[in-house]
Amino acid sequence: MLLPFFQWCESLWLGQFVVNSNWLFPVIEAVHLLALSVLGGAVLVVDLRLLGLGLKGQSPSALWRAARPWMIGALALMIATGLLLFLSEPIKLYYSDSFWVKITTLPIAIAFAFTIRSRTTQDIVRNTARRQMLVGALSIALWVVVAAAGRWIGFS
Amino acid sequence: MSLLAFCEWLAATEGSTALRESLFMYPLVESTHVMFLLLFVGLTVMWDVRLLGLAFTGVPVSEMNNRLLPWVRIGFGVMVITGVLLFYGIPVRTYQSVWFRGKVIFLILAMINIWYFHWRVEPTVATWDKDARLPWVARRAGLASLILWALIIVFGRFIAYNWFDCDIQPQSAFVNWFAGCVVPPQ
Repeated sequence: MLLPFFQWCESLWLGQFVVNSNWLFPVIEAVHLLALSVLGGAVLVVDLRLLGLGLKGQSPSALWRAARPWMIGALALMIATGLLLFLSEPIKLYYSDSFWVKITTLPIAIAFAFTIRSRTTQDIVRNTARRQMLVGALSIALWVVVAAAGRWIGFS
Repeated sequence: MSLLAFCEWLAATEGSTALRESLFMYPLVESTHVMFLLLFVGLTVMWDVRLLGLAFTGVPVSEMNNRLLPWVRIGFGVMVITGVLLFYGIPVRTYQSVWFRGKVIFLILAMINIWYFHWRVEPTVATWDKDARLPWVARRAGLASLILWALIIVFGRFIAYNWFDCDIQPQSAFVNWFAGCVVPPQ
């Protein structure tokens, strides 16, 4: 059902522009990877704190406030570069299991970060340490799946 | 024994061959290497932006050091182990890669920067620990770290591409020299 859409994506000039260059794909990939590192730091600094590790002298809400702009910036850069990478090989990705794992886990991870996880960092009495740990662990697990599946696309 | 001869010997060992030819081990090691970027470079970047006064300005620098350093160390340890394995699997081509050689140079500079920070900058931390705007020496260390790790990531990623491989000739004289290619005389 989705195949015609992917075929249409493959025909777009933007993707063709990337494919026809020797350098563009690797350079975009490298930027994607740089943004991944920033995203990793912005996510982990908060998740470690939720797990009761890392910067324990700070409140989770203060850390989340400080890390959020970096996470949003990194995500924006990752989505922009990711879209270009996608447009350069949509049909290959349509047949890649790793791609589907990634593209379904990604919105879950983003939604989780800005809803449940965001609320959990706020210092509400109902937040038990156990609940915070669970949310921190779940967040790490989700992003690990997204990143690992993303890397695995390249091996197929 | 030259380094190239050593790499050739390494490539012929049983373990190197097994790693290179295995269907899953090499990608698995490579993925682990990438995944620990999130921990290692990720937390390093957060530390650097604190030094630069761009974020976490309410967190004392000493707390960043004491509480994040153990995690950065774990990340670094895994990066080194998986990195050595990646080299072990493909020694000759990697040794003769301009990207790999560039990466090693930047890694050495990053190590010098870390050494400089811990031995020359950190001892005075008590006098500016909680400042939002840190002394220039501290900001400079953060900026150098950001630039160097970014270069290390980009050069590391480019090792996978064969634009400047020795077996693709002609290459420029600089590439052949920098990569240490053994080019038969014309």
